[in-house]
Amino acid sequence: MTREQVLRDLGNRFGDDILDIFVKSPKRVFIKIKPRAIAWVGPYIFRELGARFNIATGTDTPDGIEILYHFTLEDINLMLNIRVLLNRDNPVITSLGKEIEAVNWIEREMKELLGITFEGHPDPRRLLLPDNWPDGVYPLRQDYSEWDETAIRTRGV
Amino acid sequence: MSLKLKALLKSPWVFHLSTGSCNNCDIETLDCLTPRFDVERFGILLAGSIKHADVLLVSGSCNRMSAEKLKTLYEQVPKPCLVVGIGTCTGSRGIFIDSYNCPVPLDKIIPVDAYIPGCPPKPEAIIAGVVKLIEKVGKG
Amino acid sequence: MGRSVIPIGPYHPLQEEPELFTLTVEGERIVEVDVRIGYNHRGIEKLSESKSFDNSTFVVERICGICSTSHPFAYVRAVEDIFPMEVPDRAKYIRTIIAEGERIHSHLLWLGLAGHFLGYNTVYMWAWKLREEILDVMEILSGNRNNYAMFTPGGVRRDIRPQDIPVVLAKIDSIVPTLEMLRDAILDDPVLHARLKGVGVLTKEKAIEFSALGPTSRASGVARDVRKDSPYGVYDRVDWKMIVTSNGDVFDKAVVRILEMFESIGIVRQCFEALPEGPINAGIESIPPGEGIGHIEAPRGETFHYVRSDGTNRAIRHKVRAPTFMNLPTYKATIVGETISDATIILASIDPCYCCTERMAVRNHRGRLLYDGEALVELSRAKTENLKRRMGRT
Repeated sequence: MTREQVLRDLGNRFGDDILDIFVKSPKRVFIKIKPRAIAWVGPYIFRELGARFNIATGTDTPDGIEILYHFTLEDINLMLNIRVLLNRDNPVITSLGKEIEAVNWIEREMKELLGITFEGHPDPRRLLLPDNWPDGVYPLRQDYSEWDETAIRTRGV
Repeated sequence: MSLKLKALLKSPWVFHLSTGSCNNCDIETLDCLTPRFDVERFGILLAGSIKHADVLLVSGSCNRMSAEKLKTLYEQVPKPCLVVGIGTCTGSRGIFIDSYNCPVPLDKIIPVDAYIPGCPPKPEAIIAGVVKLIEKVGKG
Repeated sequence: MGRSVIPIGPYHPLQEEPELFTLTVEGERIVEVDVRIGYNHRGIEKLSESKSFDNSTFVVERICGICSTSHPFAYVRAVEDIFPMEVPDRAKYIRTIIAEGERIHSHLLWLGLAGHFLGYNTVYMWAWKLREEILDVMEILSGNRNNYAMFTPGGVRRDIRPQDIPVVLAKIDSIVPTLEMLRDAILDDPVLHARLKGVGVLTKEKAIEFSALGPTSRASGVARDVRKDSPYGVYDRVDWKMIVTSNGDVFDKAVVRILEMFESIGIVRQCFEALPEGPINAGIESIPPGEGIGHIEAPRGETFHYVRSDGTNRAIRHKVRAPTFMNLPTYKATIVGETISDATIILASIDPCYCCTERMAVRNHRGRLLYDGEALVELSRAKTENLKRRMGRT
């Protein structure tokens, strides 16, 4: 399949869910979809199109919490970036980790660093932060500020 | 100088500990043991267990999870023991000083006897640092 | 049979990511594995957002000491992808030379440590001795043994001096015979065949399911290499082939890495031959608003960086994904059903870094200490010795 065929195929299948398609360069395409649609768009790209899951990037933007799922179609050298925008007060999205092993860890990471809830995640434990890290403090949020009063931030010289 | 400390300096067994380092200092420490530098000539041996160690070689900027383990491990070393901080991270935390997960420097967690700066220090620098420390302790 | 829990970790000095593995065993067989990471989390993504685009190159260089070129390489490509723009030809060649030099030293490092855990300390010492020559090459080219600081958005920071090239090529030529000897010694050794073949198999289906990367996937028959799939640098201009094997066991992973070193040497030689004259830096004035993605093939697999700019001199989001993040979870598929004596080498096989032999302890369900790290390595060595004896190669 060529790049055009892939985009046409996705447009036909998920026309109602796709909000915007932006072809940045021949190798990079950004597709914005409705948050609930990731539950079927993600597995379709991974299983049916045979894409490799690169990673997902969670970002705290002024409009809300955004997740970019990066998939690579290696045969045609195309990176599909699926963008969803979540409400900042209650960022909830369906977990892909329950279906695709490769997504498991990054969802755990986004949960603790950005406070996104992944519904149905098989293993929602902490991944990177220590167990005594306070609940509700998310370091990658824009409003994060130092919470630890014992921290020393000077070099002592 | 105590007899124990004197015995320790004859053939110091080192134990190497990474507390959230980037791995470079760890590799360079290990490099000291391989044929080009070969510190085993001087009786310096990498110990497999913390309970056999005389000198602790610590690298990295002490993140929250490893700092706790570091304390536990330090309690298990037979005393007297020497602690050497390898790399800039152990001295000033380098570029990681503002990191949310690296709250305190190494010397606020355990006492440190010597620092070897560099990012990473070359094996020659690590050997020179350890030798200087041994000389200093030997003089009392 | 009663179950015992074996904690491995969290400290092991040889790795970029100290982890705590918890193996559940029934007798000698491993039935369950769990991992806890986070002992190395330094919040680099957040730190990078407080640094300018130029300074971030030095921050990402310190993510991992062994991959201290891969991360800056992926990062500068992500920044260049915001435009998107191309860098001057000479810079592309220099970048490729440094990246391949790093691949050789990283694979040698792995080979040595893998030998160490199998009880073949000869391999360990030989491989690390050879590695010193490569580090000398890197010191001549960049001024440092690790952390080369060669990369900058738009090009490279430092040119290769013409008088250094013959010295470097002579050094590389000098290691090839030893490397060939090492290759033949390892690939023909029946004891290593017996120890490594059929151990810790990652099937092709599992490799795809876990999105495994680099040598870990290529050993399982998944022909996946960013250098071929999405060429960057000058990988589309030099002649090299992707090494793919099909068995997915520890032996095949070793084969892939060993043969890749020879490809890398070939690439470095071709790059020096074809090194064009010209500028080494495109001179970026300012970064426009937008987002860019850079991914390159590090020694362990694809390194992925995502950078978002709002037009100021700092990134507002910088995402880093190292290859081990995807390769590490494959333990779930490879280690279950194997014996404890093989655990060390299986954990080592994906080159996550290394199993923490120093801090390994086997406890039975009452918490009594049965084996410590040294005893486990002894166990592994004893198995090698037994095999040797059985094969009449004492």
